[in-house]
Amino acid sequence: MQRLRRTMMFVPGNNPGMMADAYIYGPDSIMLDLEDSVTMAEKDTARLLVHNALKTIDYGDTEMVVRINPLNTPYGKKDIEAVVKAGVHVIRMPKTETAEEVIEVEREIEKVEKEIGCLGRTQIMAAIESALGVVNAYAIATASKRMMGIALGAEDYSANLKTQRTPEGSELLLARETIVVAARAAGIDALDTVYSNLNDMETFRKEVETIKKLGFDGKSIINPRQIEVVNEVFAPKEKEIQKSLTILAAIKEAEKKGSGVIAVNGKMVDRPVVIRAQRTIDLAIASGILTKEDIQ
Amino acid sequence: MELKNAMAGTLESGDILIQIAPSDVDGLHIELDSTVAYQFGEQIKNVIINTLKELGINNANVKATDKGALDCTIKARVTAAAVRSTGVDVWA
Amino acid sequence: MNSIKDRADLIAAAAKKMGKEVFSNGFVKDSTPRFELQKQAGKVVTLEEAIKKSGLKDGMTISFHHHFRGGDKVINMVVAKLAEMGFKNLHLASSSLIDVHEPLIEHIKNGVITKISTSGLRGALATEISHGLMDEPVVFRSHGSRGYAIKSGELHIDVAFLGASSCDPLGNAAGYSTSENAKSICGSLGYALPDAKYADHTIILTDDLVDYPNQHNAISEADVDYVVVVDSVGDSSKISSGAIRDTKNPRDILLAKQAAKVVMNSGYFENGFSLQTGSGGASLAVTKYLRQGMIDKGIKASFALGGITSHMVKLHQEGLIDRLIDVQSFDKVAAESLMNDPKHKGVSANEYAAMLEPGSATHYLDVVILSALEVDVNFNVNVLVGSDGIIRGAIGGHPDTAADSALSIIVCPLLRGRIPCVVDEVTTLITPGSTVDVVVTEFGVAVNPRRPELKARLEAAGIKIVEITELRDRAKSIIGNAAPLPFGDKVVGVVMARDGSVMDVIKNIAD
Repeated sequence: MQRLRRTMMFVPGNNPGMMADAYIYGPDSIMLDLEDSVTMAEKDTARLLVHNALKTIDYGDTEMVVRINPLNTPYGKKDIEAVVKAGVHVIRMPKTETAEEVIEVEREIEKVEKEIGCLGRTQIMAAIESALGVVNAYAIATASKRMMGIALGAEDYSANLKTQRTPEGSELLLARETIVVAARAAGIDALDTVYSNLNDMETFRKEVETIKKLGFDGKSIINPRQIEVVNEVFAPKEKEIQKSLTILAAIKEAEKKGSGVIAVNGKMVDRPVVIRAQRTIDLAIASGILTKEDIQ
Repeated sequence: MELKNAMAGTLESGDILIQIAPSDVDGLHIELDSTVAYQFGEQIKNVIINTLKELGINNANVKATDKGALDCTIKARVTAAAVRSTGVDVWA
Repeated sequence: MNSIKDRADLIAAAAKKMGKEVFSNGFVKDSTPRFELQKQAGKVVTLEEAIKKSGLKDGMTISFHHHFRGGDKVINMVVAKLAEMGFKNLHLASSSLIDVHEPLIEHIKNGVITKISTSGLRGALATEISHGLMDEPVVFRSHGSRGYAIKSGELHIDVAFLGASSCDPLGNAAGYSTSENAKSICGSLGYALPDAKYADHTIILTDDLVDYPNQHNAISEADVDYVVVVDSVGDSSKISSGAIRDTKNPRDILLAKQAAKVVMNSGYFENGFSLQTGSGGASLAVTKYLRQGMIDKGIKASFALGGITSHMVKLHQEGLIDRLIDVQSFDKVAAESLMNDPKHKGVSANEYAAMLEPGSATHYLDVVILSALEVDVNFNVNVLVGSDGIIRGAIGGHPDTAADSALSIIVCPLLRGRIPCVVDEVTTLITPGSTVDVVVTEFGVAVNPRRPELKARLEAAGIKIVEITELRDRAKSIIGNAAPLPFGDKVVGVVMARDGSVMDVIKNIAD
């Protein structure tokens, strides 16, 4: 089953209590942050906390992501060393504008991985937070074979556009569509920006519905309370699940017979349909609608 | 190793504040104030001592104010305080 | 002829046969206007007079209720007066004691109070007692158990000092006041009712002396000897402090949602079910999440019991819960609802939870959701003594409701900081595992092996079921092994089981 990334929960890298607890809320990914949520004076302590947390805390199957400081700061290289040595799954680059930046991060990762003998273990995702980044989205998405996704960072992006964020998000539309298209073209995931007003769950839900329609795989979130809403929006509907189950059963049947052509209800089933059906079932399992036993 | 006064950590729940000071006498002197001193005092002291020894610090006065931190947090805070105290980082 | 004179011999004979005197008209009528008369009623006296007239002596038992919780002013006021009057060696029997009762430490040191019976202890008083402040161990009882011990005479009360938010000159008292001079409100007086009924002498302290008759009185004039008017019996803004918090903590919310899911899939979530939630952020918050389930499935509860909260009142007002049965109002909204709503009924501790009282409401309770300081691998629960060996809680109705309900659910985090909540053996046994059905933690739900059918239902609903030993192991893997506590050899507390037997003792903690 392919990894789902409906929710990527931000946790400040200097808060040990929250780091220990994050797992229990069941986000698909946890993103420990060394960048904006950590003051300059505490970059060193947060880096050590994140390093030790990754090494020690049992996060189960949760994907562990760390947002590092940019390499053009005094912190970036050390961040990479600390988290790669601790076995992080994904390094998230902030404010990415060019493919060269990705290549530079990849070089640093490789250096550490060679030292500890685990070449190729660490994946990269890039947050795109400027007009230049959006223009270069596809180049960034394809800059490294380690790339697993690109994400929109809307606060910096809208400031860079000389506009502000609005509830309906029309200022973000081009960036969102560009990021989804670039990600799909590169065969990687697309993640949407955070929504920070925790008291307005209705607008949050609408935003999640919007980005799901646009094709995003999931959303960055800042609080456990947002997880349930995202999962509800991404949960497939009953009819969709039934159709997908039928398609997957037909494929199994066809494979058994050695038949190359598959038809369901008289309609030809081609590859994209199969992939979508598989994703629907993955989501249904993750949402608790189906169990793995239901599939067999 | 040359030490200067340094601290790392906070007094938030689940965290620990570590203060390191140079010492004239041999050995590591740990003063621990913990909300879980009864049950975990010895374990916390051991983590502090082992972490410092791994970093080559064998003589120091350490004041630890613990608010129920887990071992990985204690280790991180002690390392951070030690790095600040010695000026020698653990990263290349 | 058949006048009364003619019947005199027969009257005398009847009187003789019955061992009575013959009536000799000695009645004198008082023509004072009644509005004035009630103000002069002999029951209204000062605190000192009331104490003197009650005949209180050294060594006797005095009792109190804790309905004002953190805002209580009666206990400290009365004990200070008793100290001032030179009383010694008194047995203080309160329905509970909390942080605000810290001044009792001095009265214990001075020998005014030498024995305590209570449901709970918190704060500095609890810490001192845990370190061996008293020679006599504190006797802990559940609310149901205390009520019954008072009724049976096992806990004999000589003088009860009971705070009330309104009282008329004859002693009709309530936990609220409908007069315009109302100063305080605590709602139900449930824990004070056995005291009023069975104490040798009952003194009501009130901060609102109202005209006779005080309507909807919880305590009847028939049970009251004296009425004392004071400036304040309690600060109502603090009744929802202490154990009662409305949580914003995401972990409590997660636990509450999970517990609500357990209730909804337990098999007891049917029209007409009954419900109780205990104190503690997560267990109180369950109500919020059950509400949506009740609306979605069109299920209505017959009653909610116990400490009644504003959440419960809201569900009642929305028609989701028919009746509220209230032994203790957990916040001001609940207290006001008790005052105004005829379907919100106050009950005594005995009517609430006494094991031997066949009609007590807990016997008709389907689901109770409770918190815990510790649960062990045998499902035993401790709500009284912290993992550091210091007393820091209250038995409350925990063992009563767990035992009597059809389904008891314990909600607790696996860890509080570095303190484990699922352990090998509880520090102090309060609620036996034989009465506990489900334990809900953030790392999964454990079902008592006694209830395989329940486990199957919850599993079928997709709830993550774990063995309770897995929870213990997980806690240990995160925090390591706790060192044994430095207990001394002195017994500082005795825990009574709800059947009147002795269940456990609490030893002092060495410095």
